[in-house]
Amino acid sequence: MPHVTLTVNGKSHTAEVEGRTLLVELLRETLRLTGTHIGCDTSQCGACVVHVNGDSVKSCTTLALAADGASVTTIEGLAAADGTLHPMQEAFREYHALQCGFCTPGMVMSAIDLVQKNPQGLSEQEIREGLEGNLCRCTGYHNIVKAIAAAQDVMHGKRSEIARAAE
Amino acid sequence: MYDFAYHKPSTVADAVKLLADPDAKAISGGHTLLPALKHRLNKPTALVDLSGIAELRGIRREGNAVVIGALAKHAEVAASAEVAAAIPALAFMADHIGDVQVRNRGTIGGSVSNNDPAADYPAAVLGLGATIRTSKREIAADDFFLGMFTTALEPDEILTAISFPIPEKAGYAKMRNPASRYVMAGAFVSKGPQGVRVAITGAGPCVFRQADMEAALAANWSADAVAGIKQAPDDLNSDIHGSAEYRAHLVTVMAKRAVANAG
Ligand SMILES: Cc1cc2nc3c(=O)[nH]c(=O)nc-3n(C[C@H](O)[C@H](O)[C@H](O)COP(=O)(O)OP(=O)(O)OC[C@H]3O[C@@H](n4cnc5c(N)ncnc54)[C@H](O)[C@@H]3O)c2cc1C
Ligand code: FES
Ligand code: FES
Repeated sequence: MPHVTLTVNGKSHTAEVEGRTLLVELLRETLRLTGTHIGCDTSQCGACVVHVNGDSVKSCTTLALAADGASVTTIEGLAAADGTLHPMQEAFREYHALQCGFCTPGMVMSAIDLVQKNPQGLSEQEIREGLEGNLCRCTGYHNIVKAIAAAQDVMHGKRSEIARAAE
Repeated sequence: MYDFAYHKPSTVADAVKLLADPDAKAISGGHTLLPALKHRLNKPTALVDLSGIAELRGIRREGNAVVIGALAKHAEVAASAEVAAAIPALAFMADHIGDVQVRNRGTIGGSVSNNDPAADYPAAVLGLGATIRTSKREIAADDFFLGMFTTALEPDEILTAISFPIPEKAGYAKMRNPASRYVMAGAFVSKGPQGVRVAITGAGPCVFRQADMEAALAANWSADAVAGIKQAPDDLNSDIHGSAEYRAHLVTVMAKRAVANAG
């Protein structure tokens, strides 16, 4: 069987895969990084979003072999070694941006890519458009949008900590 | 998904050799092919990944045209300063395909080779009168799109780049299906070296030119000129998302908006 070598959350891995193995299957089943979810078979829901070489991609629609040599970041790679959450994770918690949590890993990965690629800052409408590839069946999106708006201020250095959600 | 062998050649010549096997298939961004394979709609024994072929990359100005390599992702075309300066309507179109993650993987070569009736790129290629470059020849847009999911490409022929002549004016407008994000009806209009062109996607089984609208815009380039032109619903698509009559109505509305967007 063919081999794939890639860096996941800063650590190098080599694994045996089939031609048809998807990146999400390699992450979940071989590397046991089960934070990345699979929510559909039509490439529409975004529960599987990870970063590949700095871009958010749907790992259910990427072959593992096509990620050979790539650097991948998953939801498990965000928090600091001491457990301090990434500002986006912290904002999702503060703003109640999740209910069942199934969509959350993909939402957080998409949101971080969106904020990083838009240093000028995003309006509410732009945040909504940037989340078109992520479906949430619980929250109605409002709190997700608020969380991302709060996190971008911290990620761009405009505030030192996540603003508290209004009661 | 059925299993398959995976090849990643680094030249077009090697890819063509691998594609001589009738059960082998090319893959670029995989955002059409992999969903199809998951549903077992197709059973290739080998996939030939084109993404390692350097000669298929790049976006450049060549004289009065912008030439976009087959591997250019939708996000790259959307962000290209070259494209924004020469054909802003093309950058706008690329920026509104699918969602962010689709645009981070999907390629112009894959989209145009696939010729999905509800895809965006075929409208830009036909509406700008582009030329498709392949591993064998050059094909004019008017001779390329043959029918639903069918193009002039032969099985072992690779789309290498697309050359877009720079228009004086061009505009795009579409109505999206809110769930799938694919086009219900879209119009790409342009006025340039090849005269006035109006290409309609999403509405019929294959992208097509709207001759009545082209004639009206040639006489008077304004949204009002197309407002009274009705598209016949006869050969249009009818499905759970909309009837042929609804799509026919959208064609006129989208053409008006596209002309307004072109300025
Ligand atoms: C959720 C979702 C939403 C989408 N929304 C839209 C949308 O709104 N509008 C839209 O236009 N598209 C949409 N798409 C499709 C997307 O744009 C695809 O990326 C695109 O159609 C195919 O490009 P690809 O590079 O992914 O091709 P692939 O999936 O890799 O290939 C598609 C086909 O083309 C062939 N092929 C690939 N490259 C070449 C080449 N260079 N030469 C010859 N043959 C080749 C392959 O063999 C295959 O048959 C969507 C996709 C998804 C998953
Ligand atoms: S699992 Fe739904 S988009 Fe990947
Ligand atoms: S929190 Fe349940 S799907 Fe988003």
